[in-house]
Amino acid sequence: MRQRPLSPHIGVYKFGYTMATSIVHRATGIVLSVGLIALTYWLIAAASGPESYTSAVTVLAGGLGQFLIGGWLFAFSYHLLNGLRHLNWDLGRGLEKAEARGSATIVVVATLLLAGAFIYAAFFAGVPR
Amino acid sequence: MSLRSPLSKILGRGSAKQGVSHWWVQRVTAIALIPLTLWFAYQLIHLPLADYDAVRRWVATGLNPAWLLIFIGAVAWHSSLGVQVVIEDYVPHKGAKVVALLTSTFLHVVLAVVSSYAVLYIVITNFCGGIIPVGFLYLH
Ligand code: HEM
Repeated sequence: MRQRPLSPHIGVYKFGYTMATSIVHRATGIVLSVGLIALTYWLIAAASGPESYTSAVTVLAGGLGQFLIGGWLFAFSYHLLNGLRHLNWDLGRGLEKAEARGSATIVVVATLLLAGAFIYAAFFAGVPR
Repeated sequence: MSLRSPLSKILGRGSAKQGVSHWWVQRVTAIALIPLTLWFAYQLIHLPLADYDAVRRWVATGLNPAWLLIFIGAVAWHSSLGVQVVIEDYVPHKGAKVVALLTSTFLHVVLAVVSSYAVLYIVITNFCGGIIPVGFLYLH
């Protein structure tokens, strides 16, 4: 295999605010990728019949299931909002250091609000289950 | 000065076409996922998720199965490309890297195909009103 260009190795950067947000984007992306297994599991259960679906709901409504769902809601909120920040960078905007710091703060605060809203809707809003 | 790059600078850099398309597909799927994931989240919040019949009816209603298939395709593609980049960056050993890349791609294809098939299966069985076709054939 020939040597091909890769992203610069993490060792070359000085640790900073923008670097932390970049690592978290990566981590949340991977966490969400694992969530694809849950999406598939849920759809298979719904396709397989009432008994399978009931047992899948029991798993997803259990302690571990609820913990994972909460984690995915957090990861999704961050990845979505920071993804918008990435797409804005790709248009060549917001790349100045001060702007990148400002948008990082906005993303962190907005993530807490959005994830809070999702968690409220998913666990506390009293939609008939 | 010539605008043409010297051959020595190009060799071994990989195919430019592939690299560009990877970057673009990652962005295009990211943009598609903004409305798709928000639609999906909104629908899930309003569904009585423990209700088997209600969930199946929702999957089979109107354009929902079409949007679900588009969502599954976009999210699996985006995720597959994303995980690929992460593996390329962090798995140093060449053999392990190839195995990890193949495993990730294979798993993504399996998840996308199986969940798409589940959506279609729900639509078909819902139409057949209780008679379960197996592999698109009726079993009595
Ligand atoms: C909701 C809308 C989404 C948007 C706007 C979005 C946006 C992005 C963008 C712009 C990137 C490239 C970041 C870079 O340049 O390094 C990216 C990477 C990634 N995304 Fe998403 N994404 C979304 C949803 C998802 C979902 C649902 C998953 C998983 C199922 C996912 C998994 C990943 C992964 C694994 C990466 C690679 C991370 C990296 O290279 O550091 N994304 N996303």
